Amino acid sequence: MEWLQQLINGISLGSIYALIALGYTMVYGIIKLINFAHGDVFMVGSFIGFYSITVFGLGFFPALIISMAACALFGVIIERIAYKRLRNATRIAALITAIGVSLLIEYGVIYIRGAQPEAYPDVFSNRSFELFGAQISVQSILILSVSVVLMILLQFIVHKTKTGKAMRAVSHDTEAAKLMGINVDNTISATFAIGSALAGAAGVIFGVYYTKIDPLMGVIPGVKAFVAAVLGGIGIIPGAMVGGLVLGVVETIVSALGFSLWRDAAAFVILILILIFRPSGIFGKNTREKV
Amino acid sequence: MKKSKFASLFLASSLLVGVLAGCGSGEKSSSTNGGEVSSTNGGDTIKIGANLELSGAVASYGSSEADAIDLAIEEINAAGGIDGKQIELIKVDNKSDAAEATNAAIKLTSQDKVTAIIGAATSGNSVAQVQIATDTKTPMISPSGTSTTVTVGDNGKVNPFTFRTAFIDPFQGTVAANFAVNELKVKTAAVYADNASDYAKGLAASFIKDFEAAGGTIVAEESYVAKDTDFRSTLTRIKGSNPEFVFIPGYYEEVGLIVKQARELGIEVPLMGADGWDSPTIVDLAGAAALNNTFIITAYSAEDPDGKAKEFADKFTEKYGKAPNSFHALGYDSVYLLKDAIERAKSLDGTKIKEAIEATDNLELVTGLYSVDEFHHPIKSATIIEFVNGEQVFKTKVNP
Repeated sequence: MEWLQQLINGISLGSIYALIALGYTMVYGIIKLINFAHGDVFMVGSFIGFYSITVFGLGFFPALIISMAACALFGVIIERIAYKRLRNATRIAALITAIGVSLLIEYGVIYIRGAQPEAYPDVFSNRSFELFGAQISVQSILILSVSVVLMILLQFIVHKTKTGKAMRAVSHDTEAAKLMGINVDNTISATFAIGSALAGAAGVIFGVYYTKIDPLMGVIPGVKAFVAAVLGGIGIIPGAMVGGLVLGVVETIVSALGFSLWRDAAAFVILILILIFRPSGIFGKNTREKV
Repeated sequence: MKKSKFASLFLASSLLVGVLAGCGSGEKSSSTNGGEVSSTNGGDTIKIGANLELSGAVASYGSSEADAIDLAIEEINAAGGIDGKQIELIKVDNKSDAAEATNAAIKLTSQDKVTAIIGAATSGNSVAQVQIATDTKTPMISPSGTSTTVTVGDNGKVNPFTFRTAFIDPFQGTVAANFAVNELKVKTAAVYADNASDYAKGLAASFIKDFEAAGGTIVAEESYVAKDTDFRSTLTRIKGSNPEFVFIPGYYEEVGLIVKQARELGIEVPLMGADGWDSPTIVDLAGAAALNNTFIITAYSAEDPDGKAKEFADKFTEKYGKAPNSFHALGYDSVYLLKDAIERAKSLDGTKIKEAIEATDNLELVTGLYSVDEFHHPIKSATIIEFVNGEQVFKTKVNP
């Protein structure tokens, strides 16, 4: 069953895109900023997880939690230092700043530890079992379940908590939210914290699944996740999840048909088509729910 | 602004000096080549130049070769030299820089008037001295320059005085095809090559040509691009075509991941690559277990049990306190290749030595049998290494 195998490959890849895309979409939803540094937060998360496992000898779950916490903090620091003072500046100024922050993080990490890649240690047994002729590794199941749990958790936070309510309110109308007594600055910081924590989780998952991590690893997944966010409708949380999964599966199908060299192009062709025919994304028209 | 002006002035003037020096050396040596060379060299020493990367980015290649060249020349001198003449080695550091390599070649040919040059370690620095070697009719042997451009110019013509000790990249594809057909006895193979690298594409093309010529069938031909991390979908496709063998020319960063993901997907057949796999990092990336039943090609293995190779490994370890690597073996072989040619030429004339090197036929060296084809590319033995639980183990030596 080659096709079942390919579907599993695609969903695994897609769930990593989806986790990163969520951060993009949340930040865009709340301050209309494409945070290009998001892919680099993903990279930093991956390295934090790596050092937690190799240097401190932690297991996968403690490393995942440490990485998420550290990335949340990192995201808030980036927001406070780089973006907060630009809140009333033009959007292009904020966008350029985001690119600057992205380069700063990438090359800062290279400066600190060098550009050489690092190999993630095996934290799970590499066992795999056969299901209808497809090889499913324990790893990919765990990774998929962690992603799903995180997405459910995010939905819970956004819909059932006070912070989530504040986030939705700020996204809907910042001025009105302020008048209602919502602390807008803290809410924006919370958004960055949650988005960055998800990127950190994606980083650790990526490391475990794909083994190789390096300081520039965030660039391509960052761009792909951006495409996924736009595909689903930027600013819309379920859109990012669906967009990520669709993108992962489409890329896998392109490779499966023997056009592996066109795989990256496929992502951008999708971006172009979406921008032409449905600029607001798959979920853009129907749902007005934004974060 | 001032600074850059000064810098450009400096650059311009140094360029001018370089041009003048180039002209000077050309004139000098063309006049000396007639007969003066033999008279200057007619004493009791043979001067050999070593133009190597002793400092700079790839200093480890150059210094490794320099160590082995020292060892070879010590041995030859201790055994009475070449036709009773002792060898005098003149080492010049090209600082891992092409312009410096040209300068070093000028110095060696015009000032030191060497009989031949060994070096440089990299293709780029070797190409940088081709013109000097040709103009002054000085044979040069690059121990480890693997690019075709070292011995074949852009116009497709052979650089007459340039030789090399290492096999060129595409030759490894031929070796892999022979190994797959003759040793592993496989009939079908898949090729999964890095499409972003000429090295990998060259290897893939020569593998496919020779594998099919030997009666094998290529069942899948796939590509990836360097920096990819997800190979599962293409590997699933390869698995679907049921190859008995997969050839993966590429570099260790991607290959490590490919091997790991291939094994996870249940591809258990032998996987094979070339010297691009040769890095300790591949064991970290792929994991020792996944690397079992994979093979790579190298020029040399310190574990080679063959008499000559073993003798070299022992001598080298005694002198330097460590096991030799490919660069050591190639540097060492370059000296013996030259010695053999000078002995057969019975002269120190550059053109005669060049003709002698061209006529080299199955010369026994540490890295195996060595012959030269019409493009000055070696036709020689290659060593196959197998990964066993993360360790490189000598598997066999494939002769041409």
